[in-house]
Amino acid sequence: MAVADAKIPRSARDDRRRLIDLSGPALAAVVALLAVMIVLPMGWLVVYAFATKDGQATLGNFVTLFTDPSFVDPLLATLLLSVSVSGLCCLVAAPMGWLAARTDMPLARTVRTLVMASLVTPPFVGAVAWEMLAAPNSGLLNQLWRLVTGAPSDEALFDIYTMQGLIFAIACYTFPYVFILVANALDRMPGELEDASSMLGAGTWATARRITIPLALPTLLAGALVAFLQALNQFGSPAILAIPAGFHTLTTKIWSLFQFPPKPELAAATSLPLLLLTVALLRSQAAILGRRGYAVLGGKYGAPRPIRLGAWRWAAAAFALLVLAMPLFLPYAALINTAFSRISSQLLGPETFTLHNVVFTFWQLSSTLPALQNTFLLATATATLGGVLALLIAYIVARQAVVGHRILGFLATSPLAIPGIVLGVGLFLAYTRPPLTLYGTLWILLIAFITVELPQAYQQLGSAFHSVHPELEEASRMLGATRLRALKDITAPLLRSAAIATWCFIFVGVIRELSAAVILFTSETKVLSVLIFDLKESGDVGAIAVLSLTMVILTTVVIVIANRIGGAYEARVPTRVGA
Amino acid sequence: MKRRSVLAAGLLLPFGARVVSAAPAAEPVTPALVEAAKKEGKVTYYTAMDLSVAEPMAKAFEANYPGIKVAVERSGAERVFNRIGQEMASKIYRVDVVNSSDAAHFISWKGEGWLAPYLSEEMARDLPADGRDPDGLFVNQRTHLSPIAYNSKMIAPADAPKSFKDLLDPKYAGKLVKAHPGYSGTIMTATLQLSRELGWSYFEKLAKQKVLQVQSATEPPKRIEAGERAVAVDGSDYLFWMAKERGSPVEVVFAAEGTPQISNPMGIFKSSPNPNAARLMVSWIMSGEGQSFIVNLSGQYPANTRVKPKEGRPPLASIKTFKEDPAAVEKQADQIKAQYAKYFKV
Repeated sequence: MAVADAKIPRSARDDRRRLIDLSGPALAAVVALLAVMIVLPMGWLVVYAFATKDGQATLGNFVTLFTDPSFVDPLLATLLLSVSVSGLCCLVAAPMGWLAARTDMPLARTVRTLVMASLVTPPFVGAVAWEMLAAPNSGLLNQLWRLVTGAPSDEALFDIYTMQGLIFAIACYTFPYVFILVANALDRMPGELEDASSMLGAGTWATARRITIPLALPTLLAGALVAFLQALNQFGSPAILAIPAGFHTLTTKIWSLFQFPPKPELAAATSLPLLLLTVALLRSQAAILGRRGYAVLGGKYGAPRPIRLGAWRWAAAAFALLVLAMPLFLPYAALINTAFSRISSQLLGPETFTLHNVVFTFWQLSSTLPALQNTFLLATATATLGGVLALLIAYIVARQAVVGHRILGFLATSPLAIPGIVLGVGLFLAYTRPPLTLYGTLWILLIAFITVELPQAYQQLGSAFHSVHPELEEASRMLGATRLRALKDITAPLLRSAAIATWCFIFVGVIRELSAAVILFTSETKVLSVLIFDLKESGDVGAIAVLSLTMVILTTVVIVIANRIGGAYEARVPTRVGA
Repeated sequence: MKRRSVLAAGLLLPFGARVVSAAPAAEPVTPALVEAAKKEGKVTYYTAMDLSVAEPMAKAFEANYPGIKVAVERSGAERVFNRIGQEMASKIYRVDVVNSSDAAHFISWKGEGWLAPYLSEEMARDLPADGRDPDGLFVNQRTHLSPIAYNSKMIAPADAPKSFKDLLDPKYAGKLVKAHPGYSGTIMTATLQLSRELGWSYFEKLAKQKVLQVQSATEPPKRIEAGERAVAVDGSDYLFWMAKERGSPVEVVFAAEGTPQISNPMGIFKSSPNPNAARLMVSWIMSGEGQSFIVNLSGQYPANTRVKPKEGRPPLASIKTFKEDPAAVEKQADQIKAQYAKYFKV
């Protein structure tokens, strides 16, 4: 700071100080807003966790939590699930990320785009699609297997209604996070280190073992943690696959405690371990990623030289496409099949083709239109308001415009540690009472969605601000522009594509969000994800397929339009947890 | 909100006749009511009925009274009950007309004083006395059953179960699908009847048969039709029949022990934001026309005595059914859910 200030002419420094004065109230307002959004719900959560039904202080809820098998079993199941998903994701994403980033695998760019595209699919839609594919009897893949092998009618190759099935279905929509982290890290890794190793006589394997793997390891560990957190906080997929199989995870257990007779104290108590575990894991992730700095020891490196795979090139591409079949090709084929057949277990053909589901969804189902409206209203409002809030915070923090800007940065990042379902419980407890009775309005959902999306938005815009040096603004100021003019003419254009990318990510994030919404919706504020979940509970898979495809098409259209306006955006690493 | 544990004697049966009746005067459906309903322009209908029946029924009502939009909020009856409780506690008044497959809910709502009396002239004339609340707060809309059913492509009729006891045979392990009493009012009602007739030990053994646990009573019929499981332990009978009638290999079994029977009461909430449209809708659903629509489409057993049950379906009187006991459900619902969760783990 001091060094930077010394370079700035007196007038500019005075100006900065004047800004500080003006920014005081702005800071207070933003901190108050964040407190209402985050601190208040979490406070009520803690209060409830330590209270009896009548409001007396107690530790009884935690005794129940750690002794009653109906709570201990879900806890153990959740840990097993998260560890397995994490392991499976790394096993698949690490080689795939390496192939895409460091080798001459054909279609590498396509593979990267498709991995990003698979993130647009809400995981709970993926879980429904995998039911269509791998339900033991009616699943299309099992039918195919029986047809080919002639196996008896009660034998199945896959059973999605098992712990293994759930692990697989969640991993399908979690490995992209690990892939993106690994591929981006390998992109940045200096190729010279590997070259040096080869020149000194090490073989490919030795180079990989001594150079590439150690350098990539911290990122992979961070990726493992992200996957662990995703699985830990996932609600939709376990609700769809674990409950039919006869077991709960922590998130579905919390949700079931909101069913009649509601037990909010136990739900709050069950939320706390989930919250603490997430905080602890995020801290270790930060520690690991913080150490990554040692990988790049100054100086500028050329782009790494791709490794020649030779004859294995197409095998590598086939592997990548096979992996992508799991979250993308197969599920969408199943959804299209179901959308246009009367019975989802029958293969689409000229005789089974029907528009019944489309007609039912759009002309009969009276919830479709309100849910679409609510969803797009909320997604647009969240992306816009959340984006502006994130921009404001990122600006204040990046320019260190106010004393105490660190608090802002901390508050804006803290929702990362709050699983969606826990946030839902907290907001429910905080806003079903005066003075702010927001339950039953779209406002409570707006708060939930902004809170959920704020960390990524802030991180993305924060790094964008860091890439625009204040000198540019200051130069403009010295040439006589006002601060606002400088922001408009200098900073805004430079941030444009980042801002639009952020808008898109929030928009997609809101449309995918289920776990907070499922606690907070009322009949009048139903969103698409909740409607799909409702339809799932009554087994109306035809309507689900139509709605899911609609949702994905509309989302894609919005993203394409936004990108036409804003130019290409760089892939961000989405780290949000739970959907 | 709590389910009332103490009940007035007259409320022990939802439709029990009382010596002193406070029934409201039967009202005609006047042009003034229709006008007032059209002015409101909408009505919100909370129901547990399958969407494939509820939405077309709503559209038929809309066609009869253009200008009134029906918002159908369908979920499991137990979810509907929870939702209404949460909404009332937060002073969110949205529900106009409610229809539940758990008759016990109407005992609770009546006890809370949340229901508004209504009786059209046609309802007063055509509904049996045991099919409506003596105070006119709710009427039975229709009756359905929760039988066993199987996919005849997956199981030969000779191998099909004949009774609930048969389902405990190891040969059915992994072949059963079953809905959940914590979600579905049909299943809550059926679980009370089955646990009363066969004992909870029956469910304890059934839980060891690797049952596919779905939520809604409307789902086992869809799973059987899709061939995901061979046998449905329970489910809404009309959906099994509808699947069979469109050519799917679905067969219904009325178990030797008896078959759970479920009445589906309907009432209007006092807090209804569209009280005229609500009355119009209830009067239409209970009229000969509304009842015929439900019967023709789904073949559920009508409540209106002037409407004949659907041709080709077994007459209700010919089926050995269990006795309904909403008052017992009302008292035991939480226990039933807890007991069920203990055996089935979810």
